Amino acid sequence: MRTSRRQFLKVASAAALLPAPAIAQGNGPKVVVIGGGFAGASAARFVKQGNNQINVTLVEANPTFTACPFSNGVIAGLRPLRAQQFNYEKIADAGVSLAFQPAREVDAQGRSVTLGNGTKLPYDRLVMAPGIDLRWDGLPGYTEHDAETMPHAWKAGEQTLLLRSQLESMADGGTVIISAPANPFRCPPGPYERASLIAHYLKTKKPRSKVIILDAKDAFSKQRLFQNAWAQLYPDHLEWVSLSKGGKVNSVDASTKTLKTDFGEHKADVANIIPPQRAAAIAQTAGVADRSGWCPVDPVTFESKLVPNIHVVGDAGIMGGMPKSAFSANAQAKVCAAAVTALLAGQTPIEPRLINTCYSLVAPDYGITVAGVYRPRDGLLADIEGAGGVSPIDAPRENRVLEAQFAEGWFKTITGEVFG
Amino acid sequence: MDATRIFAAAAAILASGTLARAADAPPGAASCSGCHAAPSKAQTPVPPLNGRPAADIVSQMAAFKSGERKGTIMDRIAKGFSDEETRAIAAWYEQQK
Repeated sequence: MRTSRRQFLKVASAAALLPAPAIAQGNGPKVVVIGGGFAGASAARFVKQGNNQINVTLVEANPTFTACPFSNGVIAGLRPLRAQQFNYEKIADAGVSLAFQPAREVDAQGRSVTLGNGTKLPYDRLVMAPGIDLRWDGLPGYTEHDAETMPHAWKAGEQTLLLRSQLESMADGGTVIISAPANPFRCPPGPYERASLIAHYLKTKKPRSKVIILDAKDAFSKQRLFQNAWAQLYPDHLEWVSLSKGGKVNSVDASTKTLKTDFGEHKADVANIIPPQRAAAIAQTAGVADRSGWCPVDPVTFESKLVPNIHVVGDAGIMGGMPKSAFSANAQAKVCAAAVTALLAGQTPIEPRLINTCYSLVAPDYGITVAGVYRPRDGLLADIEGAGGVSPIDAPRENRVLEAQFAEGWFKTITGEVFG
Repeated sequence: MDATRIFAAAAAILASGTLARAADAPPGAASCSGCHAAPSKAQTPVPPLNGRPAADIVSQMAAFKSGERKGTIMDRIAKGFSDEETRAIAAWYEQQK
């Protein structure tokens, strides 16, 4: 890890405030954060910012982070993958120790995390932000190997580029099929934004082609707004098949790119399978996930309801009304960081309020949003009634243009706060 | 010194309060910076809140809440906060750099 001059000065000034032995022995409380996405990177950074005397270690297998929000733009050819990629240098400069290793074990009794290389990291409090795993047992016929043929592209990176290249190679007149899972899953409006931007690409570059969404649901996030926009923009290029119309995909055959539903078979030229999901494996290992596969948490501190001294933030958690979005992950992480800081100082965390804001692009210049404000209630994060909701269905076109611009601004802002 | 005593000593140092900025933020304030960037962090059409006069933030939030000021999204978010909560958030942001 690099030690910048700024960091040195920070440590030096902290030393002036502390009895010498505390610094010499590194005796500050230890916080370990597992997962360097929007939730984990935010948590690590804000715990350190909240109290510089806390030793914070961020455990993340990959030294390059590839963001999912806006990755549908990469799939549609609107932006390069590198616009999605960030590193941890500024987080290190802020005084967070980085361990570029997978987390292999969590010993909740002994309060330590074992890394892939065998290193043991003791903690006073552990923040887990491991994100999701795709359930390879969740859709018959769809294995990890099949994702090379029918990409999920639900973790950004190589999979994003694979789906992009398949769309580019597809002949005009082809059929793209997206299989959307039942709730809950990462990024609820994501499949519909993806279908929209693929339709935009097809309409522009391969106008005899079409994208079909086969859905395991009868309702989805921002549904009226999406459908309203689709009727205007993509009447010939996008079709949504709901659960009750036979949309649920029961199995797939990767060798023929065939998706099977109760009502029949669909042959795709490009198939994007978004399988069912659960909290990542390390959450199951640590015992913080329940039978649903997700992690129940206290809505004030984000401490696990199953294992003490472990907090869970981001997509892996059961967050009540808050969706699995990057904005939510970041907002939860900041509240959790404040709670962890308070608890380590023997203080009582305050009851929080949280916001979610989620932008989707239906076209490059057509943005829509859903927002919510949340408070703890009955052990979950509940919507504050009368607040939040989606963009007005009858908003003028200029609002859609503005929301597309604000979407871009949001991405720059949140990635700047977390990684910049 | 065993681990418990080390921890207790550390907690005591922390409790004496040297740096606790995030912990000081009133309910809701932490979420705002998801869109409202600290000035040096990102270029965005969304105005920064850090250092902005509290009275200004309070009056804009009231205007969003009443519908007097049209917004794309702040009208929906403003409705989630009481006047008291908004005042606390505004006072906190006024103090941020």
